[in-house]
Amino acid sequence: MYETIAFYLFSALTIGLFLITVFSKNVLYAMTSLAAGMVLISGFFFILGADFLGVVQLIVYVGAIMALYSFAMMFFDSTKSIKEKNTNPALIFVLGGLSALSLVLMFAAPIYNESIQALYPMHEGVGNAQDVGIVLFTKYLIPFEVAAVMLLVAMISGIILAGKKMDQSLTKDTCVDDEILIKKDVK
Amino acid sequence: MIGLTHYLVISALIFSIGLMGVLRRRNLLMLFFATEVMLNAVNIAFAAISHYYNDLTGQMFAFFIIAIAASEVAVGLGILIVLYKKHGSLDLDDLANMKG
Repeated sequence: MYETIAFYLFSALTIGLFLITVFSKNVLYAMTSLAAGMVLISGFFFILGADFLGVVQLIVYVGAIMALYSFAMMFFDSTKSIKEKNTNPALIFVLGGLSALSLVLMFAAPIYNESIQALYPMHEGVGNAQDVGIVLFTKYLIPFEVAAVMLLVAMISGIILAGKKMDQSLTKDTCVDDEILIKKDVK
Repeated sequence: MIGLTHYLVISALIFSIGLMGVLRRRNLLMLFFATEVMLNAVNIAFAAISHYYNDLTGQMFAFFIIAIAASEVAVGLGILIVLYKKHGSLDLDDLANMKG
């Protein structure tokens, strides 16, 4: 009963928030609604019994990724609304609607599940985090290490890409620039 | 009672919202938001299948998707900052400099 109410509430709110994300003209509104939608998606994970995944979603997506976006937004001029030239909006709506329809029909089709068996079944009486840890550090150890190396590579590339010429101002403050130029001329 | 199909349908709808965003957005930052929406939709489907087939593999793949999304954001935002320093805008029509 509560699961049903929570499912419909979360799905309606998530779809509404993500529609705002996709159709809003303001970066701040889009980012805020994206963060709220991700919190609600972690709610889905908690309903589904994937506690550890929900916590990771909250920490990584809402905590880290949205913080990264909001820091990056300070580099861009985010106060003005974005003007986008849409060449053919009707085509996009038709394509998006058709793909939505086909995906929903595909997933709503009955799935014959006699041949599907659990490869790493969940254990009764064991917490989700414990179960995840056992499978992650035995069967998926090499992908886990590769993901760690990938995150390291991403961190280094992020530092190199964004950190170069960090001392130069992005938003041009012309009077300060002129002062610097005058100082250089004097030298 | 909520079944697997409910979750798959909601995941398909959210994925289509993200796809529509990728198709219609012209701003690179907004394109990144739309890809995040699509990644989250796939995560819901994985978690739902993992729950209803009593298998942990779906959750594992969801973890790796989250790791990939995190590194994608780190690299992508670095590239966006470099592009913004160079061109002064993030509009795809301004950034297109190959005529064809």
